[in-house]
Amino acid sequence: MSFLGSVWLVVRKDLVVEFRNREIAYTTLFFAVSTLLVFSFGFVHEGRAVEDAAAGILWVAIAFSGTLALGRAFERERQNETLRGLLMAPVARTALYLGKLAGILLLLLAVEAVIVPMVGLMFQAPLFRYPVMLIALLVTGTVGFVAVGTLFAAMLVRTRSRDVLLPVLLYPITVPVIIAGVRGTAALFQVDADLPMARAWLSMLVFFDVVFVTLALWTFEAVMTE
Amino acid sequence: MDFTSLSFTDVTRNFGRRRALNRVSFRCDAGEIVALLGPNGAGKSTLLSIAATLLEPSSGSVRYGEQPRAAWLRGRIGLLAHDLYIYPELTAAENLTFFARLHGLDDADRRVSSALARAKLVDRRDDQVLGFSRGMRQRLALERALLHEPRLVLLDEPFTGLDDASTSLLVERLQDLRSKQCLVLVATHDLEVIEPIITRALLLREGKLVQIPAGAGSLRERYRRTSA
Repeated sequence: MSFLGSVWLVVRKDLVVEFRNREIAYTTLFFAVSTLLVFSFGFVHEGRAVEDAAAGILWVAIAFSGTLALGRAFERERQNETLRGLLMAPVARTALYLGKLAGILLLLLAVEAVIVPMVGLMFQAPLFRYPVMLIALLVTGTVGFVAVGTLFAAMLVRTRSRDVLLPVLLYPITVPVIIAGVRGTAALFQVDADLPMARAWLSMLVFFDVVFVTLALWTFEAVMTE
Repeated sequence: MDFTSLSFTDVTRNFGRRRALNRVSFRCDAGEIVALLGPNGAGKSTLLSIAATLLEPSSGSVRYGEQPRAAWLRGRIGLLAHDLYIYPELTAAENLTFFARLHGLDDADRRVSSALARAKLVDRRDDQVLGFSRGMRQRLALERALLHEPRLVLLDEPFTGLDDASTSLLVERLQDLRSKQCLVLVATHDLEVIEPIITRALLLREGKLVQIPAGAGSLRERYRRTSA
Protein backbone atom coordinates (compact mmCIF):
# COMPACT_ATOMS: atom_id res chain seq x y z
CA MET A 1 0.00 0.00 0.00
CA SER A 2 1.49 3.32 -1.09
CA PHE A 3 1.66 6.27 1.27
CA LEU A 4 -0.98 8.23 -0.62
CA GLY A 5 -3.10 5.09 -0.96
CA SER A 6 -3.14 4.74 2.83
CA VAL A 7 -4.06 8.42 3.24
CA TRP A 8 -6.93 8.01 0.77
CA LEU A 9 -8.17 4.85 2.53
CA VAL A 10 -8.47 6.71 5.84
CA VAL A 11 -10.13 9.73 4.20
CA ARG A 12 -12.63 7.57 2.33
CA LYS A 13 -13.44 5.55 5.45
CA ASP A 14 -14.03 8.76 7.46
CA LEU A 15 -16.25 10.19 4.74
CA VAL A 16 -18.31 6.98 4.44
CA VAL A 17 -18.76 6.85 8.23
CA GLU A 18 -19.75 10.52 8.28
CA PHE A 19 -22.09 10.11 5.32
CA ARG A 20 -23.86 7.28 7.19
CA ASN A 21 -24.48 9.10 10.47
CA ARG A 22 -23.88 12.78 9.54
CA GLU A 23 -23.14 13.44 13.20
CA ILE A 24 -20.20 15.79 12.75
CA ALA A 25 -21.60 17.59 9.71
CA TYR A 26 -24.93 18.36 11.38
CA THR A 27 -23.55 19.38 14.78
CA THR A 28 -20.75 21.47 13.28
CA LEU A 29 -23.04 23.18 10.82
CA PHE A 30 -25.69 23.83 13.46
CA PHE A 31 -23.09 25.32 15.79
CA ALA A 32 -21.56 27.50 13.06
CA VAL A 33 -24.93 28.79 11.90
CA SER A 34 -26.02 29.48 15.50
CA THR A 35 -22.81 31.47 16.05
CA LEU A 36 -23.49 33.58 12.97
CA LEU A 37 -27.09 34.21 14.04
CA VAL A 38 -26.10 35.30 17.54
CA PHE A 39 -23.44 37.67 16.19
CA SER A 40 -25.84 39.05 13.59
CA PHE A 41 -28.11 40.28 16.41
CA GLY A 42 -25.17 42.09 18.00
CA PHE A 43 -23.37 43.49 14.98
CA VAL A 44 -26.14 44.38 12.52
CA HIS A 45 -28.05 47.57 13.26
CA GLU A 46 -30.87 48.80 11.03
CA GLY A 47 -29.80 46.42 8.31
CA ARG A 48 -26.16 47.59 8.28
CA ALA A 49 -23.32 45.50 9.65
CA VAL A 50 -20.57 46.98 11.80
CA GLU A 51 -17.51 47.58 9.63
CA ASP A 52 -14.90 44.78 9.64
CA ALA A 53 -17.12 42.56 11.80
CA ALA A 54 -17.84 39.98 9.08
CA ALA A 55 -14.30 38.63 8.83
CA GLY A 56 -13.91 38.18 12.57
CA ILE A 57 -17.30 36.54 12.94
CA LEU A 58 -16.61 34.19 10.04
CA TRP A 59 -13.33 33.00 11.57
CA VAL A 60 -14.80 32.67 15.05
CA ALA A 61 -17.50 30.42 13.56
CA ILE A 62 -14.85 28.38 11.70
CA ALA A 63 -12.62 28.03 14.78
CA PHE A 64 -15.42 27.07 17.16
CA SER A 65 -17.14 24.64 14.83
CA GLY A 66 -13.74 23.24 13.80
CA THR A 67 -12.94 22.49 17.44
CA LEU A 68 -16.22 20.63 17.71
CA ALA A 69 -15.47 18.62 14.56
CA LEU A 70 -11.96 17.75 15.74
CA GLY A 71 -13.20 16.50 19.08
CA ARG A 72 -15.96 14.36 17.57
CA ALA A 73 -13.76 12.92 14.83
CA PHE A 74 -11.39 11.44 17.39
CA GLU A 75 -14.10 10.57 19.90
CA ARG A 76 -15.48 8.27 17.20
CA GLU A 77 -12.09 6.53 16.91
CA ARG A 78 -11.89 6.26 20.70
CA GLN A 79 -15.31 4.69 21.27
CA ASN A 80 -14.37 1.37 19.70
CA GLU A 81 -10.62 1.96 20.04
CA THR A 82 -10.46 1.86 16.27
CA LEU A 83 -7.53 4.26 16.47
CA ARG A 84 -5.49 1.38 17.91
CA GLY A 85 -6.70 -0.78 15.02
CA LEU A 86 -5.32 1.84 12.65
CA LEU A 87 -2.07 2.05 14.58
CA MET A 88 -1.62 -1.74 14.31
CA ALA A 89 -1.62 -1.52 10.51
CA PRO A 90 1.77 -1.58 8.79
CA VAL A 91 1.38 1.90 7.35
CA ALA A 92 3.26 5.07 8.16
CA ARG A 93 1.60 6.81 11.06
CA THR A 94 2.06 10.06 9.21
CA ALA A 95 -0.29 8.64 6.56
CA LEU A 96 -2.90 8.10 9.28
CA TYR A 97 -2.39 11.68 10.45
CA LEU A 98 -2.77 13.09 6.95
CA GLY A 99 -5.83 10.92 6.35
CA LYS A 100 -7.54 12.19 9.50
CA LEU A 101 -6.47 15.75 8.69
CA ALA A 102 -7.89 15.54 5.16
CA GLY A 103 -11.17 14.03 6.36
CA ILE A 104 -11.76 16.81 8.92
CA LEU A 105 -10.59 19.43 6.43
CA LEU A 106 -13.14 18.31 3.83
CA LEU A 107 -15.92 18.39 6.41
CA LEU A 108 -14.97 21.88 7.56
CA LEU A 109 -14.72 23.14 3.99
CA ALA A 110 -18.22 21.79 3.38
CA VAL A 111 -19.43 23.69 6.45
CA GLU A 112 -17.67 26.83 5.17
CA ALA A 113 -19.45 26.42 1.84
CA VAL A 114 -22.68 27.02 3.78
CA ILE A 115 -21.62 29.65 6.29
CA VAL A 116 -19.59 31.90 3.97
CA PRO A 117 -22.64 32.78 1.81
CA MET A 118 -24.57 33.35 5.05
CA VAL A 119 -21.91 35.82 6.19
CA GLY A 120 -22.25 37.52 2.82
CA LEU A 121 -25.99 37.83 3.28
CA MET A 122 -26.11 38.76 6.97
CA PHE A 123 -23.14 41.15 7.07
CA GLN A 124 -23.16 42.44 3.48
CA ALA A 125 -19.68 41.03 2.88
CA PRO A 126 -18.56 41.34 -0.75
CA LEU A 127 -17.85 37.66 -1.41
CA PHE A 128 -17.57 37.87 -5.17
CA ARG A 129 -15.16 40.77 -5.48
CA TYR A 130 -12.07 38.55 -5.18
CA PRO A 131 -13.48 35.03 -4.89
CA VAL A 132 -10.22 33.18 -5.64
CA MET A 133 -8.33 35.13 -2.98
CA LEU A 134 -11.16 34.55 -0.48
CA ILE A 135 -11.15 30.80 -1.17
CA ALA A 136 -7.35 30.72 -0.86
CA LEU A 137 -7.51 32.48 2.53
CA LEU A 138 -10.24 30.15 3.78
CA VAL A 139 -8.49 26.97 2.61
CA THR A 140 -5.02 27.88 3.91
CA GLY A 141 -6.44 29.14 7.21
CA THR A 142 -8.50 26.00 7.69
CA VAL A 143 -5.52 23.77 6.82
CA GLY A 144 -3.39 25.48 9.48
CA PHE A 145 -6.12 25.21 12.10
CA VAL A 146 -6.90 21.57 11.33
CA ALA A 147 -3.21 20.59 11.11
CA VAL A 148 -2.62 21.60 14.73
CA GLY A 149 -6.07 20.45 15.82
CA THR A 150 -5.67 16.95 14.40
CA LEU A 151 -2.40 16.49 16.24
CA PHE A 152 -3.80 17.72 19.55
CA ALA A 153 -7.07 15.79 19.19
CA ALA A 154 -5.06 12.60 18.55
CA MET A 155 -2.78 13.38 21.49
CA LEU A 156 -5.74 13.93 23.85
CA VAL A 157 -7.85 11.02 22.66
CA ARG A 158 -7.16 8.96 25.81
CA THR A 159 -7.30 11.91 28.17
CA ARG A 160 -10.30 12.09 30.45
CA SER A 161 -10.89 15.86 30.14
CA ARG A 162 -10.09 16.01 26.41
CA ASP A 163 -13.14 18.19 25.61
CA VAL A 164 -11.84 20.92 27.91
CA LEU A 165 -8.16 20.49 27.08
CA LEU A 166 -8.51 20.58 23.29
CA PRO A 167 -9.55 24.25 23.01
CA VAL A 168 -7.21 25.21 25.86
CA LEU A 169 -4.24 23.80 23.91
CA LEU A 170 -5.47 24.54 20.43
CA TYR A 171 -6.42 28.22 20.53
CA PRO A 172 -3.14 29.67 21.86
CA ILE A 173 -1.18 27.80 19.18
CA THR A 174 -3.57 28.63 16.33
CA VAL A 175 -4.03 32.29 17.28
CA PRO A 176 -1.55 33.37 14.53
CA VAL A 177 -3.57 31.41 11.95
CA ILE A 178 -6.86 32.90 13.09
CA ILE A 179 -5.41 36.43 13.19
CA ALA A 180 -3.93 36.01 9.70
CA GLY A 181 -7.26 34.64 8.46
CA VAL A 182 -9.24 37.51 10.01
CA ARG A 183 -6.90 40.25 8.78
CA GLY A 184 -6.61 38.78 5.30
CA THR A 185 -10.39 38.36 4.96
CA ALA A 186 -11.02 41.82 6.44
CA ALA A 187 -8.65 43.30 3.85
CA LEU A 188 -10.83 41.76 1.15
CA PHE A 189 -14.14 42.71 2.73
CA GLN A 190 -13.40 46.41 3.39
CA VAL A 191 -14.95 49.03 1.11
CA ASP A 192 -11.71 49.55 -0.84
CA ALA A 193 -10.28 46.06 -0.85
CA ASP A 194 -6.58 45.98 0.07
CA LEU A 195 -5.36 43.20 -2.18
CA PRO A 196 -1.61 43.52 -1.35
CA MET A 197 -2.47 43.23 2.34
CA ALA A 198 -4.65 40.18 1.69
CA ARG A 199 -1.77 38.61 -0.28
CA ALA A 200 0.63 39.29 2.58
CA TRP A 201 -1.69 37.56 5.07
CA LEU A 202 -2.18 34.69 2.62
CA SER A 203 1.60 34.24 2.42
CA MET A 204 1.67 34.22 6.20
CA LEU A 205 -1.01 31.51 6.26
CA VAL A 206 0.93 29.38 3.75
CA PHE A 207 4.00 29.76 5.97
CA PHE A 208 2.02 28.68 9.06
CA ASP A 209 0.60 25.70 7.14
CA VAL A 210 4.06 24.50 6.13
CA VAL A 211 5.40 24.91 9.67
CA PHE A 212 2.41 23.31 11.42
CA VAL A 213 2.03 20.37 9.03
CA THR A 214 5.78 19.68 9.15
CA LEU A 215 5.87 19.82 12.96
CA ALA A 216 2.77 17.61 13.21
CA LEU A 217 4.19 15.01 10.81
CA TRP A 218 7.43 15.05 12.76
CA THR A 219 5.79 14.52 16.16
CA PHE A 220 2.77 12.32 15.32
CA GLU A 221 4.63 8.99 15.58
CA ALA A 222 5.90 9.88 19.06
CA VAL A 223 2.50 11.25 20.12
CA MET A 224 0.77 8.03 19.10
CA THR A 225 3.18 5.77 20.98
CA GLU A 226 1.78 5.45 24.49
CA MET B 1 11.86 -11.62 7.58
CA ASP B 2 9.78 -13.50 10.14
CA PHE B 3 10.12 -14.33 13.79
CA THR B 4 9.72 -17.60 15.64
CA SER B 5 9.62 -16.53 19.26
CA LEU B 6 8.51 -13.76 21.58
CA SER B 7 10.57 -12.97 24.63
CA PHE B 8 10.01 -10.48 27.42
CA THR B 9 13.01 -9.68 29.61
CA ASP B 10 12.44 -7.80 32.87
CA VAL B 11 9.62 -5.77 31.33
CA THR B 12 8.17 -3.17 33.64
CA ARG B 13 5.40 -0.75 32.75
CA ASN B 14 4.27 2.09 34.96
CA PHE B 15 1.20 4.29 34.53
CA GLY B 16 2.05 7.26 36.69
CA ARG B 17 2.69 5.83 40.14
CA ARG B 18 0.86 2.59 39.40
CA ARG B 19 3.03 -0.34 38.30
CA ALA B 20 1.02 -2.45 35.84
CA LEU B 21 3.83 -4.89 35.03
CA ASN B 22 6.72 -5.64 37.32
CA ARG B 23 9.89 -7.20 35.83
CA VAL B 24 8.01 -9.69 33.68
CA SER B 25 10.17 -12.23 31.85
CA PHE B 26 9.06 -15.13 29.69
CA ARG B 27 9.62 -16.65 26.29
CA CYS B 28 7.25 -18.47 24.00
CA ASP B 29 7.91 -20.08 20.65
CA ALA B 30 6.13 -20.58 17.36
CA GLY B 31 3.54 -23.36 17.52
CA GLU B 32 2.65 -22.57 21.10
CA ILE B 33 -0.68 -21.41 22.48
CA VAL B 34 0.02 -19.72 25.79
CA ALA B 35 -2.79 -18.76 28.14
CA LEU B 36 -2.37 -15.58 30.10
CA LEU B 37 -4.41 -15.80 33.27
CA GLY B 38 -5.03 -13.53 36.19
CA PRO B 39 -7.69 -11.47 37.92
CA ASN B 40 -9.00 -8.21 36.45
CA GLY B 41 -6.37 -5.49 36.58
CA ALA B 42 -3.49 -7.94 36.86
CA GLY B 43 -1.76 -6.49 33.78
CA LYS B 44 -2.83 -8.94 31.05
CA SER B 45 -4.05 -6.29 28.61
CA THR B 46 -0.98 -4.15 29.29
CA LEU B 47 1.26 -7.11 28.49
CA LEU B 48 -0.63 -7.77 25.24
CA SER B 49 -0.45 -4.09 24.27
CA ILE B 50 3.31 -4.12 24.79
CA ALA B 51 3.62 -7.32 22.74
CA ALA B 52 1.52 -5.63 20.03
CA THR B 53 3.99 -2.66 19.99
CA LEU B 54 1.19 -0.28 20.99
CA LEU B 55 2.74 0.41 24.38
CA GLU B 56 6.38 1.07 25.21
CA PRO B 57 7.72 -0.71 28.30
CA SER B 58 9.01 1.63 31.00
CA SER B 59 12.04 -0.66 31.26
CA GLY B 60 13.14 -4.07 30.04
CA SER B 61 13.15 -5.42 26.51
CA VAL B 62 10.88 -7.30 24.16
CA ARG B 63 12.26 -9.32 21.25
CA TYR B 64 10.52 -11.00 18.36
CA GLY B 65 12.88 -13.81 17.46
CA GLU B 66 16.15 -11.95 17.07
CA GLN B 67 14.39 -8.68 16.24
CA PRO B 68 13.86 -5.82 18.67
CA ARG B 69 10.59 -3.89 18.54
CA ALA B 70 10.15 -2.23 15.16
CA ALA B 71 7.35 -0.69 13.13
CA TRP B 72 7.45 -3.37 10.40
CA LEU B 73 6.51 -6.03 12.96
CA ARG B 74 2.98 -4.62 13.18
CA GLY B 75 2.16 -6.22 9.86
CA ARG B 76 2.98 -9.66 11.32
CA ILE B 77 0.95 -9.24 14.52
CA GLY B 78 -2.78 -9.84 14.87
CA LEU B 79 -4.48 -8.27 17.88
CA LEU B 80 -7.99 -8.85 19.15
CA ALA B 81 -8.53 -6.64 22.17
CA HIS B 82 -11.43 -5.94 24.55
CA ASP B 83 -12.55 -3.17 22.22
CA LEU B 84 -13.02 -4.74 18.85
CA TYR B 85 -11.43 -2.14 16.54
CA ILE B 86 -14.34 -2.25 14.10
CA TYR B 87 -16.43 0.64 12.81
CA PRO B 88 -20.13 0.24 13.69
CA GLU B 89 -21.20 2.52 10.81
CA LEU B 90 -19.44 0.36 8.19
CA THR B 91 -20.76 -2.97 6.98
CA ALA B 92 -19.04 -6.24 7.86
CA ALA B 93 -17.49 -6.44 4.38
CA GLU B 94 -16.42 -2.77 4.40
CA ASN B 95 -14.71 -3.20 7.77
CA LEU B 96 -12.72 -6.21 6.59
CA THR B 97 -11.93 -4.64 3.21
CA PHE B 98 -10.70 -1.46 4.89
CA PHE B 99 -8.29 -3.32 7.16
CA ALA B 100 -7.23 -5.70 4.35
CA ARG B 101 -6.29 -2.74 2.14
CA LEU B 102 -4.60 -0.99 5.06
CA HIS B 103 -2.45 -4.11 5.42
CA GLY B 104 -1.69 -3.94 1.71
CA LEU B 105 -3.18 -7.36 0.94
CA ASP B 106 -3.31 -7.94 -2.83
CA ASP B 107 -6.18 -10.40 -2.81
CA ALA B 108 -8.33 -8.40 -0.41
CA ASP B 109 -11.67 -9.41 -1.93
CA ARG B 110 -10.95 -13.14 -1.75
CA ARG B 111 -9.67 -12.87 1.82
CA VAL B 112 -12.68 -10.84 2.87
CA SER B 113 -15.07 -13.42 1.39
CA SER B 114 -13.23 -16.27 3.16
CA ALA B 115 -13.17 -14.34 6.43
CA LEU B 116 -16.90 -13.62 6.25
CA ALA B 117 -17.56 -17.31 5.58
CA ARG B 118 -15.45 -18.31 8.60
CA ALA B 119 -17.25 -15.75 10.76
CA LYS B 120 -20.57 -17.11 9.46
CA LEU B 121 -21.56 -13.61 8.38
CA VAL B 122 -21.92 -14.12 4.62
CA ASP B 123 -25.61 -13.28 4.67
CA ARG B 124 -24.91 -10.16 6.78
CA ARG B 125 -21.91 -8.95 4.77
CA ASP B 126 -23.65 -5.74 3.62
CA ASP B 127 -25.27 -4.94 6.96
CA GLN B 128 -23.85 -2.24 9.20
CA VAL B 129 -22.06 -3.64 12.24
CA LEU B 130 -24.26 -1.31 14.32
CA GLY B 131 -27.01 -3.93 14.24
CA PHE B 132 -24.82 -6.93 15.12
CA SER B 133 -24.94 -8.78 18.42
CA ARG B 134 -21.85 -8.86 20.63
CA GLY B 135 -21.06 -12.40 19.46
CA MET B 136 -21.30 -11.45 15.77
CA ARG B 137 -19.05 -8.45 16.36
CA GLN B 138 -16.59 -10.65 18.23
CA ARG B 139 -16.45 -13.14 15.33
CA LEU B 140 -15.98 -10.33 12.84
CA ALA B 141 -13.26 -8.73 14.97
CA LEU B 142 -11.43 -12.04 15.22
CA GLU B 143 -11.41 -12.37 11.44
CA ARG B 144 -10.21 -8.77 11.17
CA ALA B 145 -7.32 -9.60 13.46
CA LEU B 146 -6.39 -12.71 11.44
CA LEU B 147 -7.05 -11.32 7.95
CA HIS B 148 -3.38 -10.73 7.16
CA GLU B 149 -2.30 -14.17 8.46
CA PRO B 150 -0.18 -12.86 11.33
CA ARG B 151 2.65 -14.89 12.86
CA LEU B 152 1.98 -13.59 16.36
CA VAL B 153 -1.66 -13.65 17.46
CA LEU B 154 -2.64 -11.76 20.60
CA LEU B 155 -6.17 -12.36 21.87
CA ASP B 156 -7.69 -10.54 24.83
CA GLU B 157 -10.81 -12.32 26.12
CA PRO B 158 -11.66 -13.81 22.71
CA PHE B 159 -14.54 -15.94 24.04
CA THR B 160 -16.55 -12.95 25.31
CA GLY B 161 -20.10 -13.02 23.97
CA LEU B 162 -19.65 -16.21 21.95
CA ASP B 163 -22.27 -18.95 22.02
CA ASP B 164 -21.26 -22.62 22.23
CA ALA B 165 -21.06 -23.12 18.47
CA SER B 166 -18.92 -19.99 17.99
CA THR B 167 -16.71 -20.99 20.92
CA SER B 168 -16.08 -24.38 19.29
CA LEU B 169 -15.26 -22.64 16.01
CA LEU B 170 -12.79 -20.37 17.76
CA VAL B 171 -11.14 -23.33 19.48
CA GLU B 172 -10.76 -25.00 16.07
CA ARG B 173 -9.34 -21.78 14.67
CA LEU B 174 -6.77 -21.60 17.47
CA GLN B 175 -5.74 -25.20 16.83
CA ASP B 176 -5.39 -24.38 13.15
CA LEU B 177 -3.15 -21.42 13.99
CA ARG B 178 -1.03 -23.68 16.15
CA SER B 179 -0.67 -26.23 13.35
CA LYS B 180 0.50 -23.36 11.10
CA GLN B 181 3.28 -22.64 13.61
CA CYS B 182 1.79 -19.32 14.72
CA LEU B 183 2.52 -18.08 18.19
CA VAL B 184 -0.71 -17.42 20.10
CA LEU B 185 -1.02 -15.55 23.38
CA VAL B 186 -4.54 -15.65 24.88
CA ALA B 187 -5.65 -13.63 27.89
CA THR B 188 -8.77 -15.31 29.21
CA HIS B 189 -10.90 -16.29 32.18
CA ASP B 190 -12.49 -19.22 30.29
CA LEU B 191 -10.12 -21.81 31.69
CA GLU B 192 -12.24 -24.88 30.89
CA VAL B 193 -12.50 -23.87 27.23
CA ILE B 194 -8.86 -23.03 26.75
CA GLU B 195 -7.30 -25.86 28.79
CA PRO B 196 -7.42 -28.61 26.12
CA ILE B 197 -5.63 -26.54 23.49
CA ILE B 198 -2.94 -24.59 25.33
CA THR B 199 0.66 -25.64 25.65
CA ARG B 200 1.07 -23.81 28.95
CA ALA B 201 -0.37 -21.09 31.13
CA LEU B 202 1.14 -18.02 32.74
CA LEU B 203 -0.43 -16.28 35.69
CA LEU B 204 -0.15 -12.55 36.21
CA ARG B 205 -0.79 -11.32 39.73
CA GLU B 206 -0.43 -7.63 40.58
CA GLY B 207 1.83 -7.18 37.58
CA LYS B 208 4.14 -10.05 38.44
CA LEU B 209 4.41 -13.28 36.51
CA VAL B 210 3.85 -16.52 38.39
CA GLN B 211 4.30 -19.94 36.79
CA ILE B 212 1.34 -22.28 37.09
CA PRO B 213 2.88 -25.65 37.90
CA ALA B 214 2.05 -28.63 35.72
CA GLY B 215 0.61 -31.48 37.71
CA ALA B 216 -2.54 -33.04 39.00
CA GLY B 217 -5.87 -31.30 38.76
CA SER B 218 -7.58 -29.14 36.21
CA LEU B 219 -6.19 -25.80 35.07
CA ARG B 220 -8.78 -24.02 37.24
CA GLU B 221 -7.75 -25.98 40.32
CA ARG B 222 -4.07 -25.27 39.71
CA TYR B 223 -4.91 -21.61 38.98
CA ARG B 224 -6.79 -21.34 42.29
CA ARG B 225 -3.96 -23.00 44.19
CA THR B 226 -1.35 -20.72 42.63
CA SER B 227 -3.32 -17.52 43.02
CA ALA B 228 -4.37 -18.26 46.59
